[in-house]
Amino acid sequence: MMTNPVGRITQGQFSYLPALSDAEITLQIEYGLGKGYAWSVEYTDDPHPRNTYWEMFGLPMFDLKDAAGVMMELQNCRKAFPRHYIRLMAFDSTRGVESTVMSFIVNRPSGEPGFGLRRQEAPGRTIRYTVHSYATDRPETERNP
Amino acid sequence: MANAMTAKTIEKSADSVMTDIKKRYSAGVLEYRQMGYWDANYAPKDTDTLCLFRITPQDGVDPIEAAAAVAGESSTATWTVVWTDRLTACDSYRAKAYKVEPVPNNPGQYFAWVAYDIILFEEGSIANMTASLIGNVFSFKPLKAARLEDIRIPVAYVKTFKGPPTGLIVERERLDKFGRPLLGATTKPKLGLSGRNYGRVVYEGLKGGLDFMKDDENINSQPFMHWRDRYLNVMDAVNKASAATGEVKGSYLNVTAGTVEDMYERAEFARELGSVVIMVDLVVGWSTIQSMSNWCRKNDMILHMHRAGHGTYTRQKNHGISFRVIAKWLRLAGVDHLHTGTAVGKLEGDPMTVQGYYNVCRDSYTRQDLPRGLFFDQDWADLRKVMPVASGGIHAGQMHLLLDLFGDDVVLQFGGGTIGHPAGIQAGAVANRVALEIMVKARNEGRDIRNEGPEILRRAAKTCSPLQQALDTWGEISFNYASTDTSDYAVAAAASN
Repeated sequence: MMTNPVGRITQGQFSYLPALSDAEITLQIEYGLGKGYAWSVEYTDDPHPRNTYWEMFGLPMFDLKDAAGVMMELQNCRKAFPRHYIRLMAFDSTRGVESTVMSFIVNRPSGEPGFGLRRQEAPGRTIRYTVHSYATDRPETERNP
Repeated sequence: MANAMTAKTIEKSADSVMTDIKKRYSAGVLEYRQMGYWDANYAPKDTDTLCLFRITPQDGVDPIEAAAAVAGESSTATWTVVWTDRLTACDSYRAKAYKVEPVPNNPGQYFAWVAYDIILFEEGSIANMTASLIGNVFSFKPLKAARLEDIRIPVAYVKTFKGPPTGLIVERERLDKFGRPLLGATTKPKLGLSGRNYGRVVYEGLKGGLDFMKDDENINSQPFMHWRDRYLNVMDAVNKASAATGEVKGSYLNVTAGTVEDMYERAEFARELGSVVIMVDLVVGWSTIQSMSNWCRKNDMILHMHRAGHGTYTRQKNHGISFRVIAKWLRLAGVDHLHTGTAVGKLEGDPMTVQGYYNVCRDSYTRQDLPRGLFFDQDWADLRKVMPVASGGIHAGQMHLLLDLFGDDVVLQFGGGTIGHPAGIQAGAVANRVALEIMVKARNEGRDIRNEGPEILRRAAKTCSPLQQALDTWGEISFNYASTDTSDYAVAAAASN
């Protein structure tokens, strides 16, 4: 249990709210599809704040216009990686945006190990900081039996 | 009736341009329009800079002559005829007033449109452009008052600027935060906290759920807290909060100082400590802003601009510069964040006028929109977008209004509304973050947040006591005063809808 007020990693659009139900997730997907975004499912066991590239569960679904299809991919990912973090991301290819425009976590491990802050004393009173992901203390192949 | 008469006066007086070269350059004083600063038939070129001035001529001064004088004094004219003009392609350098109209419902005030050839301005220099456009002309005696209302900057000149070093799209990518406004708070009290105490406020706010904390505009390096001490303590707080939440966090380190050399030194130290963002105050001036922008570009740093001092020249409608012009110049000069008003908070700002500033910051192409005070189309030529910042007297109970007015691409800053929370700073941050997320979720689900917002907040507060306490403390607070800076076209537009 992390010590922040919600006791978990707070990345994404809705981490301060109770976990979204599948019906609520569907509404968010529909909002994005209505705006012409492409949805993508990504997962990781290392949610370090600077770990940009979570694993892609397939390619972004550029041609999928039905929320049920996105939900099916999400369920498949949950089945394959039940103890991983999973996030839904929406991409907007409009000129001048061309980036992620929505992102929220839809699956978490039951216990979130969180992070440690390592300090290295440097000249003057300067300190070099490293945020350390406890989840990576074991080798990758042994983390999620 | 009064307007019709004025329009006639304008038509009548528009016929006295001097074409006889001998007379034009004989020593003495001519009217500005005789010197070539008025041309009713002028067709602005795509490469011209266009300015719209609001002018109040002295009693008895003809509005056309006043407009011509503005064109003259903001370009090449002096008060008398000089023969040395004839050594130059002087017509190129003369700005041309080409249209004058009475301001609706403001007797004695006129809108004057003036065009400037592209040769007038040095490439990539706001200092140079402003020295012309707002140089001598604002002190010119025949005018009681003058205001630069809006500006159209030609693409050819836009492309001489590098613009925001990061821009709001890349900022989001760096911070890994998408699809919602960012949340911030200014560390309070503004003055007197030691570095150690200051860092405590930063830590509590960020761990509670804010994305950013912020130095205030007048926090530099005073006796109670020297800048190095502040930076060291703030960065400890930022890193600790980042580890506690798993999110990238930041705190705008104000690098404003007495000299530019000092500012570079402070910026370098902020970079060494791993800060993602630095801050400067508008009072440092255009050249310093552009230099700091270059520095940020080289050092992958977000540049936060606090518009300290702007109210001295942007607020009164009859004299000064509209903030929409300042916002355009700042986008060119290259800032990533810009305070642009809240509409609902404690500081000046009519909602539609403020939305106009947001458009200037975030549009790829800004369309003419008179009720929002935008007089010109403006092609931004792919220049990166500035993240607007809403700060000053806003609280969680207004979340639905803020999201409805400004959308996702904005930093909402709740200073008092976080730090003044009865259960502490973390609770204040939680209240704001929950209010924000529940409102984004509701909007995306298709709810009418403008009307249902208060009910959505009340419902969320039932399972979130920090939000309940915030609503109990501030729910009824509003700042309903008439704005001084409003569009002259708002009423007509509303009537025609």
